[in-house]
Amino acid sequence: MTGIAHAPPRVGVEVAPEGAPAGASGLSPEEYAAVGAALRRAPNTVELRCFAVMWSEHCAYKHSREVLRRLPTRGAGVLQGPGENAGVVEIGGGWALVWKMESHNHPSAVDPYNGAATGVGGIIRDVLAMGARPIALLDSLRCGPLDDARSRRLLAGIVGGIAGYGNSIGVPTVGGELAVDPGYRDNPLVNVACLGLVRTDRVVRGRADPPGAVLLYAGARTGRDGIGGAAFASAVLDERAEYEDRAAVQIGDPFAGKCLIEATLQALETGRVRGVQDMGAGGLACAAAEMAARADTGVVLDLYRVPLRERDMAPHEVLLSESQERMLLVTSPEDVEILAAVYRRWGLEAEVVGRVTDDGRFRAQFDDALVVDLPADLLTHAPARHVDPVPVPDPAPLAARGIAAEHALLRLLATAELAGKAPIYEQYDHMVQVRTVVRPGRDAAVLRLPEVAPAGLALTVDGNGRWCAVDPYGGALATVLEAAANLACAGAVPLAVTDCLNFASPEDPQVFWTFARAVEGIADACRALGVPVVGGNVSFYNEGPAGPILPTPVVAMVGLVPDVTTAPTVPQDDNLLVLLGAADSGLGGSLYAREFCSSLAPGFHRPNLHTAGRTLSCVREAVQRRAVALAHDVSDGGLAAALVECCLILDRGASVTLPGPVDTGALFGEEGTRVVCVVSPDDLTELQSLAATHDVPLSVLGHLEGDRFRIAGPDERVAVDLSLGRLRRAWMSLGCEAG
Amino acid sequence: MIWGVVTFPGSNCDRDCVHVLRHVLAQDVREVWHEERSLSGLDAVVLPGGFSYGDYLRAGAIAATAPVMDAVRTAAGRGVPVLGICNGFQILTEAGLLPGTLLRNRHLRFICRDVSVRVESARTPFTQRLDNGAVLRMPIAHAEGRYTASPDVLRLLESKRQVVFRYCDPDGQVLPAANPNGAARAIAGVCNRAGNVVGLMPHPERSAEGPLGSTDGRQIFESVLLAIAGVR
Repeated sequence: MTGIAHAPPRVGVEVAPEGAPAGASGLSPEEYAAVGAALRRAPNTVELRCFAVMWSEHCAYKHSREVLRRLPTRGAGVLQGPGENAGVVEIGGGWALVWKMESHNHPSAVDPYNGAATGVGGIIRDVLAMGARPIALLDSLRCGPLDDARSRRLLAGIVGGIAGYGNSIGVPTVGGELAVDPGYRDNPLVNVACLGLVRTDRVVRGRADPPGAVLLYAGARTGRDGIGGAAFASAVLDERAEYEDRAAVQIGDPFAGKCLIEATLQALETGRVRGVQDMGAGGLACAAAEMAARADTGVVLDLYRVPLRERDMAPHEVLLSESQERMLLVTSPEDVEILAAVYRRWGLEAEVVGRVTDDGRFRAQFDDALVVDLPADLLTHAPARHVDPVPVPDPAPLAARGIAAEHALLRLLATAELAGKAPIYEQYDHMVQVRTVVRPGRDAAVLRLPEVAPAGLALTVDGNGRWCAVDPYGGALATVLEAAANLACAGAVPLAVTDCLNFASPEDPQVFWTFARAVEGIADACRALGVPVVGGNVSFYNEGPAGPILPTPVVAMVGLVPDVTTAPTVPQDDNLLVLLGAADSGLGGSLYAREFCSSLAPGFHRPNLHTAGRTLSCVREAVQRRAVALAHDVSDGGLAAALVECCLILDRGASVTLPGPVDTGALFGEEGTRVVCVVSPDDLTELQSLAATHDVPLSVLGHLEGDRFRIAGPDERVAVDLSLGRLRRAWMSLGCEAG
Repeated sequence: MIWGVVTFPGSNCDRDCVHVLRHVLAQDVREVWHEERSLSGLDAVVLPGGFSYGDYLRAGAIAATAPVMDAVRTAAGRGVPVLGICNGFQILTEAGLLPGTLLRNRHLRFICRDVSVRVESARTPFTQRLDNGAVLRMPIAHAEGRYTASPDVLRLLESKRQVVFRYCDPDGQVLPAANPNGAARAIAGVCNRAGNVVGLMPHPERSAEGPLGSTDGRQIFESVLLAIAGVR
């Protein structure tokens, strides 16, 4: 306790010994020094713990901030881009959508059920904090291969947690994706996107404004769960994590979450709420400091007024607890009782826990003692960390083993990526709120919006760690294009992207390079498509004892469907199978390469943004005009898998003749932006003229027929001839039961 | 006529029911809070689906003791049509207004998908417009939907025509494969002795509009309109 200038008043709070605790708090020695230099004194232990959380990678984006600036964030209709609780985009008729995705990877590794459940709870509160009613969820999941019992148990827990929370609060989970890789075995990925709907004149923001306003704590009580969760999310998991880091995982209460949604929407209806923020990562401290920093004001918190569910909680526990189902509202003193009454009617707590000041300080009092006194913007602006990126060399090409096409196709259909996901999405209520027009299992889910009828929204979430492992730039770019293709297949015009960037430790120069290249790929693709990135998050340190995860940027895209009321065309037996778009037929990064080659290695031909854009416009227009009965993009498993999936959706066989040689590349290559369409012969001319207008290659591959699936080459040599029943059995084999 | 839709904390299909009644069927709807003690003036009452009180203790167990349930009991006694959907069905059994109980699904998981049910008793106000044997396509979304009662009660239900809906295949055949949750005798819905209180696990409010895939559920609400018109 030496050499402290300007020591703030405090009682019962130890002053951290100079220099020593940096390692224990998660701050680097340089960061600890920066804190001292800015304060011109040593922080006390409560302040130090605040810095440890607020300056964690999870809260502060220390490594990613500079790189993320490359993303396009503006566009027509964007009312709110990154930097708030969620993005907001106008959709017409006085309405806006709210869009945000977040990861909950580390908590799900330690406690799959609660980790995933609170991931849902957290993202829903972000959307709610913009004033919106949450209307849909998407989940993007990754875990170890499912032949391993531990991975199955993890996946079952994660799916159970999403179902347990999402179903209970009445927000439908309308789509998602699943991929496996040994790298995700100890560090699964749980990325959840939430869509909300808000009137444009009811959008609120997370700002503590004006001075003199009060901070109203609303929701569930504060306990000791999730303390330091944000810091925990910013470190590498080790073997002991499953047992030792449980206290860092929050426990959700969906019942309180549901009441919090309804009460908060009713509170907002009163028009007396000046600002809202959810208390998520970093708890009360992070919420209050961020709200003050955004508004360029200050806050004083009265910690002893925070409703607690445990006795004798220390000041830092009250400040940093990540207990769930809590919001922080800003309102004027005379409106407190009106808002508090709304929350109490729903059985929730509502207490004034502080006030807004004009001095730019973040202060907290506990039993009349000042325990924290810091500049708010110091807490919310951690110094950036710089890493010199080192490129990862291209992997050496490796030859594929010769595998019979039928055998390969059946095995690919049974992979976690391709197999039918009904065992997962049937555990989710995907219909509540009576908006779901296109249910899970298709390229994109479609929701109707009676608010702006006959329009609706299409949603999709996509990621591909394999493509990005082979080529981070091209893989990320192709990921965005795939999301756009999924929307085009639903006839939707893309409006906004939110992303979760899941990577290993950014302190590794090669990981950092991979991250930066992936962000460039997303940026270039979004710019070409004219879609803004309105929010998202970065999740680093995704590695287990066995090593890092595949680089996995995940992209969730939402788009506007002009008319969801027209009934889709019913396919007939003579309908044609038509391919729009063309591509090189390399196997780089493909599911085939993973299953049948010794590595993902053999090259990845980047999609051409110009030709891809034209293909997507053509598909979108064809779907909107009902010129096609079904459109489905070529992705995991290549053209062969896309054709089979069309047949399985329509429950009809097909006879297909490929124009070129029927090799593994032609059947299973995943490159380029290509879409398979099912077209009535009467509509073929219209589709051909659309393709000509957009300058998109079109080839008629075959037609629907009977109950067998056949693929032959131009020489009429048959490569695949399987019954639809056999294909369906392979496709319905997703093993995600615990045990 | 005026419908009442009850909201318990944790109900999550209340707004969907209000939407269908108000906007699809052009009915007057009163939104009833769980603490209300009177339902006078209402011609029919809906207990919607959801997770009332988080389904803590047992699904529907806490809601069954809410103040509004006394009023529901009184209204039911007067012959007012009462419909419990999903969690509403669970609440009605917990409150003793309907016989039997709903256990965890056979596979212990939540299930959300379309099912077919066969109308077994057209004597209730909610099925009066339908024929015995008619097949309706509606979604289910529940973790606790396995209907169970003692053998005596099950026999009585059959003999008094209190089984209202049974899970079946799209052709109306009651087969084990068409029973999604292991319900005794494939029971998807039952009524009280008088027939005016009906509970069912499928969601008619989710199958009342074409764009959502089925309009079969609408007939359940429309039946009541006919029933009330007949009374007056």
